[in-house]
Amino acid sequence: MTAAGSPQGVAARSRRTVQLERRLDVPRWLPYLATLGAVAFALLVSAMILAAVGGDPIRSYLHIVDSAFGDIGVISDTMVKATPLILTGLACALAFRMRLWNIGAEGQLLMGAWGASAVVLVPLLPPGAPALVVIPAMTLAGFAAGALWGFIPGLLKARLAMNEIIATLMLNYVAALWIAFWVFGPWSEGGFQLTAQFPREAWLPRLTDLAAQVPALGGLTVHLGLAFALVAAVALWFILRRSRWGYEIRLTGDSPPAARYAGIDIARNTIAIFMISGGLAGLAGMAEVSGVVHRLQQAISPGYGFTAIIVAYIARFNPLGVIVAAILFGALILAGREIQPAGVPGMIQGIVLFSLIASEVVLRYRIRLVRG
Amino acid sequence: MTSDGSTAPLAIELRGIVKRFPGVVANDGVDFDLRPGEVHALLGENGAGKSTLMNIVAGLYRPDEGEMRVDGRPVRFRSPRDAIAAGLGMIHQHFALVPSQTVTENVLLGLDRPRFLLGLAKHDEEMAALAAGLGLKVDPRAKVWQLSVGEQQRVEVLKMLYRGAHVLIMDEPTAVLAPQEVEELFRTLRAMTASGRSIVFISHKLAEVLAIADRITVMRRGRVTASGIAAAGTSKGDLARLMVGREVLGSVERTMFRPGAVVLSMRDVHAENDKGLPALRGVSLDVRAGEILGIAGVAGNGQSELAQVVTGLRPFLGRIEIAGDVAERRSARDAIRRGVAHVPEDRTGVGSAPNLSITDNLIMKAYREAPIAHGWVIDVSAARRMAESLKDEYSIAAPSIDTLARLLSGGNLQRLILAREIESKPSLLVAVQPTRGLDVGAIEAVHRLLMARREAGAATILISEDLDEILGLSDRVAVIYEGLILGTFDVAEADVQELGLLMTGGTGGLPLEVAPALPGVPGA
Repeated sequence: MTAAGSPQGVAARSRRTVQLERRLDVPRWLPYLATLGAVAFALLVSAMILAAVGGDPIRSYLHIVDSAFGDIGVISDTMVKATPLILTGLACALAFRMRLWNIGAEGQLLMGAWGASAVVLVPLLPPGAPALVVIPAMTLAGFAAGALWGFIPGLLKARLAMNEIIATLMLNYVAALWIAFWVFGPWSEGGFQLTAQFPREAWLPRLTDLAAQVPALGGLTVHLGLAFALVAAVALWFILRRSRWGYEIRLTGDSPPAARYAGIDIARNTIAIFMISGGLAGLAGMAEVSGVVHRLQQAISPGYGFTAIIVAYIARFNPLGVIVAAILFGALILAGREIQPAGVPGMIQGIVLFSLIASEVVLRYRIRLVRG
Repeated sequence: MTSDGSTAPLAIELRGIVKRFPGVVANDGVDFDLRPGEVHALLGENGAGKSTLMNIVAGLYRPDEGEMRVDGRPVRFRSPRDAIAAGLGMIHQHFALVPSQTVTENVLLGLDRPRFLLGLAKHDEEMAALAAGLGLKVDPRAKVWQLSVGEQQRVEVLKMLYRGAHVLIMDEPTAVLAPQEVEELFRTLRAMTASGRSIVFISHKLAEVLAIADRITVMRRGRVTASGIAAAGTSKGDLARLMVGREVLGSVERTMFRPGAVVLSMRDVHAENDKGLPALRGVSLDVRAGEILGIAGVAGNGQSELAQVVTGLRPFLGRIEIAGDVAERRSARDAIRRGVAHVPEDRTGVGSAPNLSITDNLIMKAYREAPIAHGWVIDVSAARRMAESLKDEYSIAAPSIDTLARLLSGGNLQRLILAREIESKPSLLVAVQPTRGLDVGAIEAVHRLLMARREAGAATILISEDLDEILGLSDRVAVIYEGLILGTFDVAEADVQELGLLMTGGTGGLPLEVAPALPGVPGA
């Protein structure tokens, strides 16, 4: 009984321990349940923090729900906030599907806003051009500028194997400074850090624009950008699920060596995905300047491009799920401001992301309590 | 404490070992004992639970139930360190050596002593003496990367002996060795048992087990089917029945060899491996329709690179013609278009996408064209129909075609890959280690499929480290060594001794019988 690790020694340590066991099969419903559970857990933790600092979590949450979904007016406002989140969320979800970590949606959004503004401010179209020409031109320019901002890290990744996380992160700063240069300099309106307001032809149609015919729509600021976002989500869902190209993306995302073996040109797809991803984020920027702000200014995005990362995660990279997650976060941004201008909403977002990442454990492993 | 009447206590005694993994019982009440000074073979198919059992003995796993005694004393190991302290050393299939360090440094690695100053010269002598005592040929001062696989294995043995192991557990030690190296290993093992040490020899190769073991324990599906039977007087047939649980068919039936036109022609092909070192150094080969060309060689002599070059996955210099066309565009896509199918070495990493469904994995090569492709869209119902029919035809055992590929067993995954590759009706099939790690039933199925492709007139390159497999299936055999084809033989005229010698690089002045099918090939 002198051997190392005698039976008695082990018997004495008999107590409950948590054991992780690899899951062989993930039930179809589990990812949804895990997501819901993670969000609920995050809200619970946030509530505890709110209570700890002397707030009333239940009243706070009720207030959030009320000021985000309380009536048609605030629902409309929520959707306005959700629009750029859907588009940037799709941008992230698409890239993440191929395991390309594009965290540059913010910069791509800014470049899209700049590209759309350039159509009006350079101007690229003769003054007095009708909305039917101006809006498509701005849409195209916004997408193209965002796509260009995605092309750069895409090319660097595909040809030089450069880390896309660093490239996209850094390009965010370049884009922010690029916007600053134009709004402080060439496009400055009388020395202020914003441009002149766009002419009406450059405004995306809003529901409130129809108030003359349907008075009930008065004050509803939802704009056509929401339609862009919804169409993009459905289109992306179809492409990923049903198209040959979507199959290539799913295959590459799961196993790059298998994709190479199947004869897929990974470098080309990397660049293409980055461009579409950037383009979608660019579209979000276009929708913001043309649908909401109606001018270019430094503060167009309260970090939509970063929130989009969480949105894509909650949706588990499913384009249709992005819509739901974006609305949730749109509400949080809108109503969070009612509670505290900064701090609490960001805290809740952060806790949600951490809970989600932690919930992956549940998907991969079965958790068991065993007597050890 | 001992259970039998002999005087010395058993070196290892296992009683009722149970080890469960999610979904399987790897060991189900296993008894095993090892007498001092014997070689005890643990025989069984892949997945029978042999390695699990020995990993328990070596302290890597903890059993869920059962007890274990070493030299008569009950033990319970919490880590491999405990097992080594008790004198048990295990040598795994994959060596744990640091390539840039010398043999002595590798042996000393992880020990408490020497504490600060290495005093390598002194230890070199110590190693040399220890090795010489057992007839192990190892130069203590050589760097590990300079050693052959057989020599590296000896370093692992030395490592365990230096740690005072009197029981050595060897997990499939011959898998990576050429025939001559196997002989050398067997001599070493006999020298060790003569000095009173005991050996557990894990294998699924019958001939080997009969050649080296004193006693044999056979496992099937986690249970012992024969416990410690004497090797003397046991036949291969008996062992096979115990191992598989049924009568094993002989080798696959083959029809006459009717070679057709040359499908693949390689001339002076050079290629580098992933580290940028030369892996193929001027390979010239011809493969004809209706023939299987076996590539025999010890692992790591350029076989993988040869397969990758032919299938468009690796750039090369030289000339490759497929069906008379020069393969200039060196891409996998191009090879697929030319009718080159590939059963890759790495089934889970390369041959399949683990988190995609069986359906998605089956359309990997067919998704670009009708009927699966419908313009830019994939016809999901056509894909599902194809998956259903292939699943039946190739007996892929899975709950449904939506099952994820990673949930398939090795044999079923290989059936999936073969179904996909053969369904593309290839003119050239490159099969790399197509049966490695499969059980006997699955091996038979794979062999039959390969022969059926040969009947259908495909040219096949069969790359395998299992010489028996190559000799059983191939029409011709080419031996590869350090990126060179050292000879090509008609299989009927091939001599195992000679092949083995070539596989280790020795030409030994043997007359190389270059097969007549290769006129005008610059002599290798």
